[in-house]
Amino acid sequence: METGKLNPGALRKILFDCIASVAPEADFEALRTDRPWREELEIDSFDFQNILIAVSKRLGIEVPESDYRKLATLDTFVRYLAERMGAAG
Amino acid sequence: MEVIRKNAQSCEGAFLTDYAQDCAAFSWSQARTWMDGLPEGNGLNIAHEAVDRHATGPAAERTAIRWLGRDEGVSRELSYRDLAALSARFANMLDRLGVRAGEGVFVLCGRIPELYVAVLGALKTRCVVTPLFSAFGPEPIATRISIGAGRVLVTTTTLYRRKVAPVRAQLPSLEHVLVVRDDDLDELPEGTTELAPLLAAAADTYPIAPTAPSDPALLHFTSGTTGKPKGALHVHEAIVAHHATARFALDLRPGDRFWCTADPGWVTGTSYGILAPLSIGATLIVDEADFDAERWYDILAREAVEVWYTAPTAVRMMMKGGTAGARARNYPALRFIASVGEPLNPQAVRWGLDAFGLPIHDNWWQTETGGIMIANFAAMDIRPGSMGRPLPGIEAAIVRRRADGGVDPVATADTEGELALRVGWPSMFRTYLHEEERYRKCFSDDWYLSGDLARQDADGYFWFVGRADDVIKSAGHLIGPFEVESALMEHAAVAEAGVIGKPDDVVGEVVKAFVALKPGFAPDEALRRELLGFARKKLGPAVAPKEIDFQPSLPKTRSGKIMRRLLNARELGLPEGDTSTLEAL
Repeated sequence: METGKLNPGALRKILFDCIASVAPEADFEALRTDRPWREELEIDSFDFQNILIAVSKRLGIEVPESDYRKLATLDTFVRYLAERMGAAG
Repeated sequence: MEVIRKNAQSCEGAFLTDYAQDCAAFSWSQARTWMDGLPEGNGLNIAHEAVDRHATGPAAERTAIRWLGRDEGVSRELSYRDLAALSARFANMLDRLGVRAGEGVFVLCGRIPELYVAVLGALKTRCVVTPLFSAFGPEPIATRISIGAGRVLVTTTTLYRRKVAPVRAQLPSLEHVLVVRDDDLDELPEGTTELAPLLAAAADTYPIAPTAPSDPALLHFTSGTTGKPKGALHVHEAIVAHHATARFALDLRPGDRFWCTADPGWVTGTSYGILAPLSIGATLIVDEADFDAERWYDILAREAVEVWYTAPTAVRMMMKGGTAGARARNYPALRFIASVGEPLNPQAVRWGLDAFGLPIHDNWWQTETGGIMIANFAAMDIRPGSMGRPLPGIEAAIVRRRADGGVDPVATADTEGELALRVGWPSMFRTYLHEEERYRKCFSDDWYLSGDLARQDADGYFWFVGRADDVIKSAGHLIGPFEVESALMEHAAVAEAGVIGKPDDVVGEVVKAFVALKPGFAPDEALRRELLGFARKKLGPAVAPKEIDFQPSLPKTRSGKIMRRLLNARELGLPEGDTSTLEAL
């Protein structure tokens, strides 16, 4: 698990890798990070759960269902992770 | 698990309060009288029963579709009158393009209003309609359009660019691609025409030409163990069964606010997400977005949904979050909850009681049956885990196949066998397109053989046991292992591929692939990811494997057929049984 302070850039990289472990075909270059990413990358509910499991393994963050709406775009997802890491640290 | 008893209050006004008597009194000819028929005795057309007959009567201004956009606060309402006019425009447009009765119209869209307009408009012109699931990849799309000889495709610019353009050259039958713009690019993709101006230029009234009840109407694809997907063809008369079964199994009434969460790309989302509820004169709630528990609780409460038809996978996902989310809202309007797609486990049936104060009513049917065949009814006690009892007009039995090809009904209760239905209900499929032999194999001695194993208890309730074949059921959808294996085999590194359904608590089964590599390729994480991405791009996330496991070689019979049964046994850690016919282990 990653520990210590991570800057948003590092968090983004970890998040992208978690997504790529489930949807390796994802083209992050072509993706607008302020748009709904699950739709763009065709991430179904099962894939999404697996991405959250990967995030939990890497960062130790469990996302409750009531927070899913905060993960709608990659930008808000990274911001959410940063806040949770900040709160934990 | 304990029986859930229905009291006088839950039975009040419900259909089938006396199951035996109501079944005895019912006949399909009676159900036919619930249809209006085309004016001047011109036959029976689904779109007339679903839309036009309401649009010219007292329900004309009633909301037919209340559409909720993906973005918060975006919605649109179409009255029956609006829907009749829009589908008339679509029908006139098809006529103008020279598209004729019997030709294939495919729809590949998310749940947007145009999808509903296209399906109903194409039915008016007596075209054969196929909605495709938008999470299919290019290969499943191309295979299905080829089999159905689709002449028209209605899709969006984004889906076209991503999924159809790469395979367009393989689709010579496809003449007209009509697109809804959903991107901010100025240029339309090459080889497409924008739908909106064509509709605007078309007249908004359309007299439906004479339609025979036996005229083809809908082509729904399903998967078998081997070979290509099967196109199950349904006829206009199916609407008689859609309508009657929605009354009996969903307790649906005119004016009800009804939410079927299935996508029209699967048979449930067409039969009960469009046609049956409209034929009854209900108001459809349509949500463009995909599953999200909190969003769904909001919709159930805010939209005052009265009847809700959903799926076990969704229920189990909601269960993971407990009952707090559901109980944070009130659902005073909600009257009846049903589920279909795979057996609903007893805990999920009861969870409905804890979360919404209502049990969830499981029911059973297939693409081939066109409508609900066996169900738990509003006025009948629920035995959690059971699919319920046959609908009026449906004779179901557990049968055993004989060596001579005939079948024997199993007389003893609680005995496993194949679930069979006596032929003759109006929404029965009429062929597998271009595969008459495969169709004939589904029938014996006047019985349709479902391929599902089940048992019937002494009181007549049916219980699902499993599939008789290797077909995979994930999130309620059938996936043919052969289609997945074929796609993997196209990768340069793959020597052999075997695909199974791995049991999963939430989605039932997940697609798992076992792959043996060609010499010179290393079974590492990089290649695993490459194959996963390769399959997802070709097949789409609805069909592609979620897991890939490398094996030195796959177990095969002497004739070279990969033994999926053995891969399954290995996955589950079960004894592998008789391996005498195996080539390699």
